[in-house]
Amino acid sequence: MSFRLLRRQPAVREILLAVSAAVILNGLVTILRSWPDYWPLTLFINFILLVFIAERIGGLIPIRYKPLYDRLLAFGFPVLVLLCWEVLVNAGLLNGRWFPAPSSILAALWDLAVNYDRFNKSSLIGRPWLIPEEWVNHGLVGVQSLFSESHVYATLSRVFLGFMFGSLPGIVVGMAMGMNATIRNMLDMTLSALYVLPKIAIFPIMMLLFADPFGEGPKIAVVAISAFFLVTISTMTGVQQIDPVLIQAGRNYGANRWQMFRHVIIPGALPMIFSGLRLALGTGLIVIVAIEFVRAKIGVGRVILYYWEILSTPKMYAGLFVAMILGVILTYGLQLIERLIMPWQRK
Amino acid sequence: MMGRGSCFESMIGRKMTLQPKIVARNVVKTYPSADGKVLAIDDFNLEVADGEFVCIVGPSGCGKSTFLRILAGLIPLTSGTVEIRRDIQAKKPLNSMVFQEYAIYPWKTVRDNVAFGLEMRGLPKKTRYTIVDDWLNRVGLQQFANYYPHQLSGGMKQRVSIARALANDPEVLLMDEPLGALDAQMRLVLQEELLKLWEIDRKTVVYITHSIDEAILLGDRVIVMTAHPGRKKVEFTIEIPRPRVIETMATPEFAAYKGIIWEALKNEVAQVYGEPL
Repeated sequence: MSFRLLRRQPAVREILLAVSAAVILNGLVTILRSWPDYWPLTLFINFILLVFIAERIGGLIPIRYKPLYDRLLAFGFPVLVLLCWEVLVNAGLLNGRWFPAPSSILAALWDLAVNYDRFNKSSLIGRPWLIPEEWVNHGLVGVQSLFSESHVYATLSRVFLGFMFGSLPGIVVGMAMGMNATIRNMLDMTLSALYVLPKIAIFPIMMLLFADPFGEGPKIAVVAISAFFLVTISTMTGVQQIDPVLIQAGRNYGANRWQMFRHVIIPGALPMIFSGLRLALGTGLIVIVAIEFVRAKIGVGRVILYYWEILSTPKMYAGLFVAMILGVILTYGLQLIERLIMPWQRK
Repeated sequence: MMGRGSCFESMIGRKMTLQPKIVARNVVKTYPSADGKVLAIDDFNLEVADGEFVCIVGPSGCGKSTFLRILAGLIPLTSGTVEIRRDIQAKKPLNSMVFQEYAIYPWKTVRDNVAFGLEMRGLPKKTRYTIVDDWLNRVGLQQFANYYPHQLSGGMKQRVSIARALANDPEVLLMDEPLGALDAQMRLVLQEELLKLWEIDRKTVVYITHSIDEAILLGDRVIVMTAHPGRKKVEFTIEIPRPRVIETMATPEFAAYKGIIWEALKNEVAQVYGEPL
């Protein structure tokens, strides 16, 4: 016990030292009224001190609570940053027009979520609380009109459809390339060359190809094509990196073509297929927001750009936040499917 | 090289069947390469009696694994013939292989891995699991039936692989350095387990190994292969009575075998490493 105390004491002293250093620093800057000139530097030094303190405290935490503490750091830090942001804007050190305070972004988000924008004939999430009313008054058509006014629904459906139309053929072609050397030799170089092409660049071609250049077709197609390349290449790699001895074992134990596919090739390639799908989903979101910047009446990208155009920055940031949340939800959903399909990868 | 006659002599008196279970004649395997053909196996002959345990030792790269894969039908031979005689009524699979790298499927549970051969043959789930659970019991893995391979140690993984081969109940068992990836102590444990498992139904086994000790302990016959290309150099019939146990390795008889087999093998090993021993 006494040994533990002895060992801990220097850490405690160091923490106290760092805390007092922080108090003195911030006090001095405040007294000298140096915040407007030196706030970035002061914040930086504060950050260094914070890291030092958090690390020393981490050393004192019992192993049992360490994961909890790590979690606290992970969630606590962004909260702290948001708090600093809020304080800096309120103190007039940060221009609230370009960097609106988190509280006003939140207010804007709420505003967007509950209100209908008459000018653009749209709402953020399609006012789902009106669904029963519309159902009674106009039936299915009414509900559909609610969906069609929703920015989030527009973006999500574009990403989802494009993702499906791209990744399913991608898996098929990738499988074929992985299993057949001739197909691989014929396609690999071309696909690798097209793979590096920025996918947005093909948007004009897609607008030419589709009957309605302003409709959903070209948008979905670009998402699909960008997903296709990513999924094809990772599926091919996934099939190729299956340990040959597993295939030999399959043959030795009498697996026919279909059984080999079902029991060896598909499960063996699944981890790589999923990493391709993850990339495709992320890229799909990037691509769709970019396309919505360029040519869309509705969609989360449109929200961001529109409120930039009318210089309503809190709402612009709110749109950004929604795009982020969409990304998180989609990635998390895919992770959930991954865990269901590949139980052997669970720890 | 010893003739086929001596082969038969060694069989007589041990098992009733005069017809050998495995017959490999004049097996030649060449690989195409950028500068012509590479000869991997040259004129290799082998006959294995029903119920015989044959071990093949040889230096690295002598083509012994290649020969086993030819036997298993996994790779084609360049010339010669290979035949595994099957019991027509029993309808057993011809051969099942145990690989050095385990080759069990990470995405299947222990039970489904062991059931793999049975599943490929279309046995219904209930029948499969009855057979499999019996084998899991015998290799001591019953409480790990629902584990995935990444949760197992190397020794347990190889037990799964061995159980998979045995549960498949093949005409012959082909083992390619099955204990090669394990540490020395785990090898001893599994050698003894293998002896016990084999004693139950005395399957015909062709067993590839690096270890002279292992070959003498397990085999009825030990075949020494030459370094590149692989030919049969000499073969020894191991007359040590069964059942054998790990302690058998401490007998003077065992040491004598070890001496003469090493004498035959060491020039071949020297050839691989390019230095005289």
